[in-house]
Amino acid sequence: MSILIDNNTKIIVQGLTGKTGSFHTNQALDYYGTKMVAGTHPKKAGTNWAADNGAELPIYASAGDAKEATGANASVIYVPPAGAAAAIEEAIDAEIPLIICITEGVPVLDMVRVKAKLEKSKSRLIGPNCPGVLTPEQCKIGIMPGKIFQKGSVGVVSRSGTLTYEAVYQTSQVGLGQTTAVGIGGDPVKGTEFIDMLEMFLADDETEQIIMIGEIGGAAEEEAAQFLMDEAKKGRKKPMVGFIAGRTAPKGRTMGHAGAIVSGGQGDAESKIAAMEAAGIRVSPSPARLGTTMIELLKG
Amino acid sequence: MNIHEYQAKAVLKSFGAPVAEGVPILTLDDVQTAIDTLPGPLWVVKSQIHAGGRGKGKFLEAEAGEKGGVRLAFSKEEVMSHAKAMLGNTLVTAQTTDAGKQVNRLYVEDGADIDRELYLSMLVDRATGQVAFVASTEGGMDIEEVAHDTPEKILTLPVGDGVSDADAAKICDALELTGKAREDGMKLFPILYKAFTEKDMAMLEINPLIVMDSGDLRVLDAKVSFDGNALFRHPDIMELRDTTEEDEKEIEASEWDLAYIALDGTIGCMVNGAGLAMATMDIIKLYGEEPANFCDVGGGANAEKVAAAFKIIMKDPAVKGILVNIFGGIMKCDVIAEGVIQAVKETNLAVPLVVRLEGTNVDQGKAILAKSGMNIIPADDLDDAAQKIVAAVKGA
Repeated sequence: MSILIDNNTKIIVQGLTGKTGSFHTNQALDYYGTKMVAGTHPKKAGTNWAADNGAELPIYASAGDAKEATGANASVIYVPPAGAAAAIEEAIDAEIPLIICITEGVPVLDMVRVKAKLEKSKSRLIGPNCPGVLTPEQCKIGIMPGKIFQKGSVGVVSRSGTLTYEAVYQTSQVGLGQTTAVGIGGDPVKGTEFIDMLEMFLADDETEQIIMIGEIGGAAEEEAAQFLMDEAKKGRKKPMVGFIAGRTAPKGRTMGHAGAIVSGGQGDAESKIAAMEAAGIRVSPSPARLGTTMIELLKG
Repeated sequence: MNIHEYQAKAVLKSFGAPVAEGVPILTLDDVQTAIDTLPGPLWVVKSQIHAGGRGKGKFLEAEAGEKGGVRLAFSKEEVMSHAKAMLGNTLVTAQTTDAGKQVNRLYVEDGADIDRELYLSMLVDRATGQVAFVASTEGGMDIEEVAHDTPEKILTLPVGDGVSDADAAKICDALELTGKAREDGMKLFPILYKAFTEKDMAMLEINPLIVMDSGDLRVLDAKVSFDGNALFRHPDIMELRDTTEEDEKEIEASEWDLAYIALDGTIGCMVNGAGLAMATMDIIKLYGEEPANFCDVGGGANAEKVAAAFKIIMKDPAVKGILVNIFGGIMKCDVIAEGVIQAVKETNLAVPLVVRLEGTNVDQGKAILAKSGMNIIPADDLDDAAQKIVAAVKGA
């Protein structure tokens, strides 16, 4: 098993006809035949988008039309920041179960509005400002490099894109491989936090270990640590390795990701590391030793 | 993006919030206008820099006198003498570096008779994903200290899609407002919500909000920052940007769409991805050195952008070595390698350079670096890279 996506996932692309959407849709089609089924564009409905491999994807006017015509159960969004929130709302209105928004730079108050709508909806949103989700040898949604993945046993969840790649690459190098990797994104207000993904990984039989990568800002890691402690009391527990980026970041500065800021006495790395260690997570001081730390942990 | 107090007050005033009359001072010529416009008998002359703690700050220059960056004036002559003492001099506060910040602007305001000082701020509460008010009776103090010592004196109230009467009443209760001040509060909180959401603020802090002897509420200080991702829809706010308050290297970086933050260490970093860029700083520290900067070149950088990042990093005279750490997902390693070589040539790089490449076209990238004949130290992984640059800098 995997979480969120597998080879039955049928995906539409909001923003397919743009440069980024086209590039990554070609990459996805080349990754074990990920089922990219359609695109949307308000003015290009009825046309086709031609993939590099010769496939043609129909373009529909809206996410609702695309879902109805293709039976899609996921949407990936590459729409520029100014229109990204509206694209998410369109997908929510279409009742698409899984919405993954890659776009970086969505205004935070737009996400406040989206979040309120999301809570009353049937959809799950991953992102925005995230690299997407990948289940090895089955399905790739987003911008993660497929080559570094290997089918295996580790579930990866991270707020950072490139640190997700580090965790994936290193677990491939040590021979463990991954079940699914999820980048939840670097924004302060986002669709999915750590807890939901950890719950899915705990429930997934094939996921034997978990790597969780957080960073400074907010209290999501502390909340996740509390969740893991509560679950462990019920006997649900898997070996976990963690990492927190931003130990050396100055206070009050936004470190690239909109959500990566220590402010108001909250969000520093040390309190996150302490909370994660208290929950039984082996927190690696080095981002280069995620894979080897997991091996050490498994050897006991 | 941050703005000055006087600009923040003008924004809030345009929404109907009660602020004092005031005149911004950019040159000493403006002081006469302030004196002519404001009736007195009490004036406040306030340094305008993008840092807090101005009142308790100290000027570096002796001519500025012993007083802090916010001064009371009891006569028109005193307004002028305070302005002369402060304008152009360097203010050091708890929130600036030891080098301080040059005071290029002042704000002269009508003084107020203060009965009580309160704290009020607004932000986006990450836990609930809602706009929230933070209110406390402990105004004029560092709110982080209040939160630490007496958390029961702070109310955090997420307000969803607007401030209801019940919400406003809760904030009034937390601030212990009665009579006229309570009436003012019931009006003020929805006004602030409107300003915050319509202008895409990231943070609005009024510390203190005061109850005057007359019983009226007034915004005595205001600190506002805006969501950088929403500035595209607020050209009026964009015009308030004061680039003299920003690091020159950071401004140049923003023109290249690079996320760059100057730090105090010696090892320059160039990395793709914010998380990996922070982790690279962390690992340098882990091996005993300090990073000179945070630099995220982003996912779609080309050779020119890499070269630009290099040049910006090298503008910092403290840099004794550079670590390039790229995990190419979208970015191709051969493109990065070419950008690095171009930059090394253009900057006549004279400090050690360690390059770690991983991801798409990694072998081509490594080959390009090896064939360049340049003194570039290749690294296999991030641990290796960090150890090599730290060793190189310490050996130098």
